[in-house]
Amino acid sequence: MYKIVEKRLLAPDIYLMDVEAPRVAKSAQPGQFLIVKMDKKGERIPLTVCDYNREKGTVTIVFQTLGYSTEKMAKYEVGDYFQDFVGPLGKPSDFIYEDVEELKKKNILYVAGGVGVAPVYCQVKWFKEIGAPVDVLIGAKTKDMLLMEEEMEAVAKNVYYATDDGSYGYHGFLNGCLAKMIDEDKKVYDHVVAIGPMIMMKTIVEVTKERGIKSTVSMNPVMVDGTGMCGGCRLTIGDDVKFACVDGPEFDGDLVDFDEAMRRAATYKTEEGRKKLREIEGDTHHGGCGVCGGDE
Amino acid sequence: MSRMKRVAIAEQDPKIRATNFEEVCLGYTEEEAVAEATRCLNCKNPKCVPLCPVTINIPEFIQAIKNREFEEAAKIIAKSSALPAVCGRVCPQEVQCESTCILGIKGDAIAIGKLERFVADWSRENNIDLSETQAKNGKKVAVIGSGPAGLTCAGDLAKLGYDVTIFEALHQPGGVLVYGIPEFRLPNDTVEHEVENLKELGVKIETNVIIGRTVKLDDLINEEGFEAVFIGSGAGLPMFMGIPGENLNGVLSANEFLTRSNLMKAYDDSYDTPIKVGKRVAVIGGGNVAMDAARTALRMGAESHIVYRRSEAELPARAEEVHHAMAEGIQFNLLTNPVEILGDEKGWVKGMKCIKMELGQPDESGRRRPVEIKGSEFELDVDMVIMALGTSPNPLIYSTTEGLEVNKRKCIVVDENGLTTKERVYAGGDAVTGSATVILAMGAGKKAAQAIHQDLSK
Ligand SMILES: Cc1cc2nc3c(=O)[nH]c(=O)nc-3n(C[C@H](O)[C@H](O)[C@H](O)COP(=O)(O)OP(=O)(O)OC[C@H]3O[C@@H](n4cnc5c(N)ncnc54)[C@H](O)[C@@H]3O)c2cc1C
Ligand SMILES: Cc1cc2nc3c(=O)[nH]c(=O)nc-3n(C[C@H](O)[C@H](O)[C@H](O)COP(=O)(O)OP(=O)(O)OC[C@H]3O[C@@H](n4cnc5c(N)ncnc54)[C@H](O)[C@@H]3O)c2cc1C
Ligand code: SF4
Ligand code: SF4
Ligand code: FES
Repeated sequence: MYKIVEKRLLAPDIYLMDVEAPRVAKSAQPGQFLIVKMDKKGERIPLTVCDYNREKGTVTIVFQTLGYSTEKMAKYEVGDYFQDFVGPLGKPSDFIYEDVEELKKKNILYVAGGVGVAPVYCQVKWFKEIGAPVDVLIGAKTKDMLLMEEEMEAVAKNVYYATDDGSYGYHGFLNGCLAKMIDEDKKVYDHVVAIGPMIMMKTIVEVTKERGIKSTVSMNPVMVDGTGMCGGCRLTIGDDVKFACVDGPEFDGDLVDFDEAMRRAATYKTEEGRKKLREIEGDTHHGGCGVCGGDE
Repeated sequence: MSRMKRVAIAEQDPKIRATNFEEVCLGYTEEEAVAEATRCLNCKNPKCVPLCPVTINIPEFIQAIKNREFEEAAKIIAKSSALPAVCGRVCPQEVQCESTCILGIKGDAIAIGKLERFVADWSRENNIDLSETQAKNGKKVAVIGSGPAGLTCAGDLAKLGYDVTIFEALHQPGGVLVYGIPEFRLPNDTVEHEVENLKELGVKIETNVIIGRTVKLDDLINEEGFEAVFIGSGAGLPMFMGIPGENLNGVLSANEFLTRSNLMKAYDDSYDTPIKVGKRVAVIGGGNVAMDAARTALRMGAESHIVYRRSEAELPARAEEVHHAMAEGIQFNLLTNPVEILGDEKGWVKGMKCIKMELGQPDESGRRRPVEIKGSEFELDVDMVIMALGTSPNPLIYSTTEGLEVNKRKCIVVDENGLTTKERVYAGGDAVTGSATVILAMGAGKKAAQAIHQDLSK
């Protein structure tokens, strides 16, 4: 059993929790994820490792309520227990294997959409700790839905913002903002890492690919076990089929077949989930993003 | 009653069982078990025992049944096997112990497996305590994986007085026994009960620990004080065919389908697990896994097809399971091979292009190789495809452990005692052989336990 020791509402429908899981806290690295199962009859829910405290033995998760299971999770309070909490899963981010001096020379930008801010924070904090702070671009539908701004500003070199409605920072989607930063503001980046909804990662990669910039994306397909046992998480990466849970979740953005991934992600889409996304995203909800499967 | 004829066993009617997940085979009553046991010749030199990978003293436990000493029978089996309720149900008895039973020459072999199951179920109902162990010796052994190999190794070591901890990646112990094999053949609570018996022996089980991710194997030895490790991590990585259309929505591995339905009980509305079952489902393959997937889909209301490229004689599944599947109404498309899965405009499966096969010359495995019949392509009208083509060992452990050698099939290399290329690290079961059977995995776990005992007693 894994005890919840902290719970906070970060933005409407987005929760942060610290969970006691000493074994996971001891081994977790940026880029990895874990799986939560609330009770005997619950689903196995994959969530990115957002932070960890090796001394206290706690791991931080941030989740958005989308459908049945995440709604149920939001009802858990400090002092409650999750039955299962397994990880870390997947490969750590490639950067942690790179030479620190090399990393210091690079210009890296993290792009975070929606709840993707939390996993980005974990990685940006890591860069700060090794003395190679990076830039971050955060996007949300509207100002009220931005999260973790203070925390992010404390660890990043520069933080830029974009909101769909223009209530804060750049007015529009993240891909438009990134294109503007590069083309008009003449920002130079060697490597862009995008974490968020698949449609966001897809459009970001369109921008970087066109400009010859390397990209990394963190894929979130449907998963069951997270250990390579079911094949439900398979993706087409270049000419190969890869299992996101063991070969990923991070992949070279240029190689990912996003259209297939978005279609497959809709396999178990639920009615409630789609309705919820429509409520959250309102008229910016175009369908076809794969997070919800569209409106047909 | 004739000595040559086996006492019949009750089964659920095929029409009824095709709509539920209750056990197909209902097991012997006491009277039936005694009658069947009475047929056994109690051979001086029993031909059945050498074919049992865990060397259960078969004539002895059968004589105990004959004398209605059921508790005694349970204790005799417990000396050799920690999982009799499991083996009695899913061990391929017909090719193991029963294949050499002397009575099988002229008539029916003794129903050894069914009698074993009877004893196990009886001892469960009567709460028999089978937890006899030697004094604790204070030595710690780690077991990776809680499938039949790991459970057996852990049980045997615990009986010898070792302090054993099993590390299991999933949230529930049992390996394939709980995530793969369906309720109607092996109820999960039967496995749970055998796992409880192991805990009675003092075995500790830590679920949600993935060796290679949560903890490295080397850290178990260097940091956590384990003196030996047994790897029973199975062969869980599903294979796909590599044909066009395989990533369409509605194409999944048997592991995913069975895990959703069996481990996570998707057919039971009180569980949160989502599952999609087509109206017409094709399962590709002919082994136990394929039968289980096809019969599960049938029970969830689908028209269910097996698509297999050889003929009935070559089906690798247990004969009993094939007969059960046929009786329940599974449609067998034999000598048929898929070439492409077809999708609709939204990317969901809408059919499968297949080609007819004929049997040619025997291949390396000695089975006649299927060859395509030119121009025989046809379309099978299905909306879901389940791949049951076999599995291979997962890279998580060997790719994160220094000096642990694997062969080109990614199976862990071991010597005749189960010792790997790493000191005091042993392995057995599917992780070593590739997908095989429950009883072979148990046999390997048992052998390794003996070897570990010798190693640590030096
Ligand atoms: C590696 C990985 C890391 C993830 N990290 C996070 C995270 O840090 N924070 C977070 O909030 N979410 C994360 N997710 C997504 C999260 O797992 C899903 O939001 C959650 O499982 C939805 O469950 P539900 O029952 O509430 O919703 P459901 O009712 O099952 O679905 C609600 C909607 O979400 C979509 N959905 C379902 N499962 C997924 C999925 N795995 N990925 C994307 N969309 C899905 C469905 O299509 C549906 O429209 C991650 C997913 C993966 C695979
Ligand atoms: C659907 C199906 C039906 C079958 N039917 C039959 C049958 O009727 N009769 C028969 O004899 N055989 C049958 N088999 C085969 C049989 O189940 C296997 O041969 C047997 O279970 C192998 O046992 P094992 O202990 O080696 O591995 P498994 O049972 O595969 O157990 C391995 C365990 O290790 C865990 N694990 C893996 N990696 C790690 C890690 N890194 N860290 C921690 N834990 C890990 C896994 O989660 C799993 O629980 C069937 C198999 C399937 C899939
Ligand atoms: S374990 Fe299998 S081989 Fe051994 S006696 Fe039982 S059924 Fe026969
Ligand atoms: S060979 Fe057959 S008859 Fe002889 S002891 Fe074994 S089960 Fe009984
Ligand atoms: S989640 Fe099952 S193989 Fe990746």
